[in-house]
Amino acid sequence: MFKDHFKKMSITATSMIIFALTASTALSIFYLITKSSIEESDAKAKRIFLNQVIPADLYENNLAKDTISIEPSPFLGNKKNIDVYRAKKNNQVIAVIIEAVAPDGYSGEIKTLVGIDQDDKILGVRVISHKETPGLGDYIEIEKSQWIKNFNLTSLDKVNEKQWAVKKDGGDFDYVSGATITPRAIVKSTYKCLLYTKENKKRLFAS
Amino acid sequence: MSDIKKIALDGFWKQNPGTVQLLGLCPTLAVTTSAINGFSLGIATAIVMAASNASVSPIRKFIPSEIRVPIFILIIASLVTIIDFSIHAYIHPLYKALGIFIPLIVTNCIVLARVESFAAKNETTPSFFDGLFMGLGLALVLALLGGMREFFGKGTLFSGIDLIFGPSTSNLVIHFFSDYNGFLLAILPPGAFVGLACLIALKNRIETR
Repeated sequence: MFKDHFKKMSITATSMIIFALTASTALSIFYLITKSSIEESDAKAKRIFLNQVIPADLYENNLAKDTISIEPSPFLGNKKNIDVYRAKKNNQVIAVIIEAVAPDGYSGEIKTLVGIDQDDKILGVRVISHKETPGLGDYIEIEKSQWIKNFNLTSLDKVNEKQWAVKKDGGDFDYVSGATITPRAIVKSTYKCLLYTKENKKRLFAS
Repeated sequence: MSDIKKIALDGFWKQNPGTVQLLGLCPTLAVTTSAINGFSLGIATAIVMAASNASVSPIRKFIPSEIRVPIFILIIASLVTIIDFSIHAYIHPLYKALGIFIPLIVTNCIVLARVESFAAKNETTPSFFDGLFMGLGLALVLALLGGMREFFGKGTLFSGIDLIFGPSTSNLVIHFFSDYNGFLLAILPPGAFVGLACLIALKNRIETR
């Protein structure tokens, strides 16, 4: 009786192990095959955004290579060191691109690239990753709507502290009704990113 | 050949996963905010279903029946991950558009249902076609529902087509009204329920005639 059960269990366990091993082998192989292409296409997507955040005719260096590493800051919401891209002309840093993380999106983090010039003015903001509701909260993507361009040329001087909010909260920024949490999170993270740049200006713009 | 014809008819009409079996409602309700979104997730699901049916069927005799469900899920999950990797690596625009929905295909019970009820009992070729046609039938419903919700919710059709088929197709987007404020209910989840109910009612009506 016991022997029969044991035999059956061994067969079940063995086949489960074999299937698990086969599946993990297949996954590892595919991971290795696609790894470099995935990294490449991610980097390519990021490069396109870098050029949208700061117009390409403003600088002459290779943005992706001219970076400084900054440590975690509550202003930026980053948990690890991140790279700040620096745009240079005549060896002067004329603008920086900082990755800001808004932790309070409707569903999880929203990562943006914020381009700020030496007068503390925003040159452009682009969303690089988010998990907002498709068809509702995704108007923050440049492919879906022009909303994100509202940030262009704003600054701490031009828009005072209270106006760094969506219109519903008495601020300056438009939103789509039914999806207020998403723009609220981005407005906040962009504002904090400007504060960070102001605090750390010397370091970020040192040539 | 007539077998495959019957399988196709089942997938598209008689046993349509979206309107008859009512399995796989999670993506049906969540993703169908536009015709293109629904259609692309439907196609991705069809690929997974064809692949999972075709890979379970030849090894069905080696799978102990007590643990068949975990093994099915293991196979489906691996296939989905492989497809996810491939889309991420080679078709980045599509990856951006479908992003988080691809991993969700694993939890779509229609995939497991077809493996369990068809592939585990039939030969490889019919199983492959069963997965394919059931998936395409679902894609059809998702595209229709997405089109309906997009039309009522945003007043457009085929928006986002350029993300899938390249920038040259962006002029295929149809704007029906020049100044449409949108009908939010159609875009939100309740709109999906109402829309699906209308589709099912329409199908039943055609059938009773």
